[in-house]
Amino acid sequence: MTLFGDPAVWLPVVFAALMGLSILIYVVLDGFDLGVGILTPLGNEAEKDRMVASIGPFWDANETWLVMAVGLLLVAFPAAHGTILTALYLPVAIMLIGLILRGTAFEFRAKVALPKKNAWNVAFFAGSIMTSMAQGYMLGLYVMGLDNSWTSQAFALLTAVFLTVGYSFIGACWLILKAEGELQLKAVRWARGGIWGVVLGVGAISLATPLVSTRIWERWFSIPEFFLLAPLPLMSAALILGIWVVLRRLPTANDSFAWLPFAGASALFVLAFTGLAYSFYPYVVPEKLTIYAAASAPESLMIILVGALIVIPVIAGYSALAYYIFRGKARDLRYD
Amino acid sequence: MEMMDTLLLSRIQFAANISFHILFPTITIALGWVLVFFKWRYARTSDQVWMDAYFFWVKVFALSFAMGVVSGITMSFQFGTNWPGFMESVGNIAGPLLAYEIMTAFFMEAVFLGIMLFGFSRVPGWAHTGATVLVAVGTTMSTFWILVLNSWMHTPQGFEMRDGVAYATDWFAIIFNPSMPYRLAHVLLASGLTVGFLIAGMSALRWVMGERSAEVRKSLRLGVIMGAAIIPVQIYAGDMHGLNTLEYQPAKVAAMEGNWETQGNVPLLLFALPDEDARENRFEIGIPSGASLILTHRLDGEVPGLNDFVAEDGTILHPPVNAVFWSFRVMVGTGMAMLALSWAALFLMRRGRGIEGLPRPVLWAFMPMAFSGWLATLAGWYTTEIGRQPWLVTGVLSTDAAVGDVAPALVASTLVAYLMIYGALLVAYVSVLVYLARRKAKGGTAPVAGRPVSGAIQSIPAE
Ligand code: HDD
Ligand code: HEM
Ligand code: HEM
Repeated sequence: MTLFGDPAVWLPVVFAALMGLSILIYVVLDGFDLGVGILTPLGNEAEKDRMVASIGPFWDANETWLVMAVGLLLVAFPAAHGTILTALYLPVAIMLIGLILRGTAFEFRAKVALPKKNAWNVAFFAGSIMTSMAQGYMLGLYVMGLDNSWTSQAFALLTAVFLTVGYSFIGACWLILKAEGELQLKAVRWARGGIWGVVLGVGAISLATPLVSTRIWERWFSIPEFFLLAPLPLMSAALILGIWVVLRRLPTANDSFAWLPFAGASALFVLAFTGLAYSFYPYVVPEKLTIYAAASAPESLMIILVGALIVIPVIAGYSALAYYIFRGKARDLRYD
Repeated sequence: MEMMDTLLLSRIQFAANISFHILFPTITIALGWVLVFFKWRYARTSDQVWMDAYFFWVKVFALSFAMGVVSGITMSFQFGTNWPGFMESVGNIAGPLLAYEIMTAFFMEAVFLGIMLFGFSRVPGWAHTGATVLVAVGTTMSTFWILVLNSWMHTPQGFEMRDGVAYATDWFAIIFNPSMPYRLAHVLLASGLTVGFLIAGMSALRWVMGERSAEVRKSLRLGVIMGAAIIPVQIYAGDMHGLNTLEYQPAKVAAMEGNWETQGNVPLLLFALPDEDARENRFEIGIPSGASLILTHRLDGEVPGLNDFVAEDGTILHPPVNAVFWSFRVMVGTGMAMLALSWAALFLMRRGRGIEGLPRPVLWAFMPMAFSGWLATLAGWYTTEIGRQPWLVTGVLSTDAAVGDVAPALVASTLVAYLMIYGALLVAYVSVLVYLARRKAKGGTAPVAGRPVSGAIQSIPAE
């Protein structure tokens, strides 16, 4: 039984990692489809349809990662779950309403008579931006330790805007990959603009996090950690530069490299997330509750882990299958 | 007082959200299998009419599914935002069950839904049918896991309490808790009925508007047959479910029957106004000894009474009587209406010439009954859930102990926002259903019965 050491010690770490992974996957996947939603007002009627078509087969599964993340928080860290979600009560509600508007608009806009379609287009956009702003706001508050001071609120508003810009950026990159012709050109332009917002956003959060917390300051700015961590910001800078260079050359004549901005943007999200995760580990409620103190009983976690180890590879497999089936340029969405 | 308000508002909010949510799963669970049935019939007969039916109903499915998903996501956050005490005390049991629902059901549904809806021209026919089957399996699995959890909250076992926290001791006992098989069967059958009457109702609407396609005939027939076949089984299952409840939650049964004193020869009340202050019924109309007969299979059988569930100091330990009493009657009444209408229609169709044999009033009756499944399902859940009060988990956790510390004004404002959105979405949903039916009725007037299918060798055209 002690083959792997004391489960009360390593199980919380495993579940924190699983939860982090779900959040990361969610932010990249739903990030791009929320981003596409935020960009829809910029396209004309036909382009709107094409933009929605590019995410139609994926959005539901993408959102399921959010359910997975909150589910893991719920099941693995019940004590933290209540604290975090009651502290974020209002932004959570706004996000949920945004998700409701967006998810239903997907279906309604395709089924109603033409005059009503416009209203659902508005709902689709509004839902997307409400969701991303609320998520950014929650991220900001979380970074600031879930307190309600004016500075925290101001910072949270800032992260709300930047996350929205970040989502739009990765959304534009997705469209470069999935769209052709005029729409693809537009997407390249959007991405070129968006990348500056990303630079500002990553910069702002990286500066603010160590400043608000001495603990995080010490984690980053002591020797040797500083040098061990140096690759994170350096790689991010190199990535941004790379994406920028590629964006200037897109689209190419034979559409080669159209996948590069999206891959780069995803990698950027991964790096930013890794930095954040490092800053907060081992806390699940910043500065208040560690993953060890908040974890469920090891027996219950073990039951979930066994299932997760079997099921997650299967989920990964059939998710990949779906992306493979709907590979290539987006076509009109049709049931038949 | 503050906490009291938060409690009341949180209860209303939870009830509103889950009531809205369940409307759509009740449709998608069985409709998924009906779509599988359409594809199977098409594969067997190569008759295009089955694909026509598939393409009409898959739209309803997609819309309902989206409504189910977004309201379901709201549900999973509610545990944390409004009922933190729930997970803190029974999280060790609820957690793994919810996790298994997410891992084994939600992902499967969500991923294969994309392939099922938009993949028809991209994957071979067998793969598309496979995706349809997996979506149906997914919704059914999801039902299984969530009902295991819900049933465990009604009839908990297989755990021990340490310092106010439940720890699992026997997962088999937790999953196969006493009320689970009955609840699962009853809910799956309820879904079948909801869909049967929805199909019949919408097809009747199309028929009355003048559509005479082979598809509308087949759909109407299918809806009527589904309703007529399932309702007797449901009544039997409901009866068994009630007997199970009598054994494990007698206070709930006492409230359902409106019976105050534990005694024999208890009448089956058709109407009464339970007065909870005077602790008696007004204006009783009942069938003598009916309740005793149904619950104990003996005329003088003893039925538990509500007065047994009052503590020495006067604290009331039984659920609110009126809500449970009336919800139960609405459910059973709707069930009886379903029985009457579907059997009458079946009889007329056999005697007459199929659909043509159905007189107008019967067709008209099916239209409002399209939503009878919703009514009975909600009424049933209200019976069950309000009947569990004052407990959240019977005997383990009371509802007021689980509520979160959120300002009442905050809960009130989100509640208003949800109610407005849900109201608007319900109106939009029903009007889109009517719109789809009308568009189909206007466009599809050409009789297509017996239409030959080109190249009818392969079951479903690939690419
Ligand atoms: C009897 C069945 C039933 C019941 C009682 C519930 N659900 Fe549900 N739920 C389903 C049957 C279902 C379903 C049939 O599986 C849905 C409906 C449409 C869909 O996408 O799946 C679903 C969807 C659904 C989703 C979205 C899944 C996705 O992304 O695909 C979530 C997060 C929940 N539910 C959560 C809940 C919670 C927390 C509930 C209780 C408190 C609950 N559901 C009650
Ligand atoms: C899907 C159909 C369901 C409906 C329509 C429904 C309805 C309700 C209603 C009306 C209440 C309020 C009772 C009262 O306070 O008097 C309630 C309470 C509750 N139910 Fe359900 N329920 C459903 C399923 C579930 C499931 C599947 C779960 C959990 C697994 C669940 C968990 C709860 C909880 C936590 C409460 C306590 C909050 C409260 O009392 O309002 N319910 N439900
Ligand atoms: C007509 C005869 C029926 C009887 C005798 C009956 C019996 C019952 C009983 C006793 C309960 C409460 C179980 C408990 O919580 O302990 C219940 C719940 C419920 N009923 Fe019915 N029922 C009938 C018809 C229907 C119909 C027609 C529907 C829907 C189409 C339906 C849907 C439900 C649902 C969704 C619940 C809540 C979930 C559950 O606890 O099973 N019932 N029913």
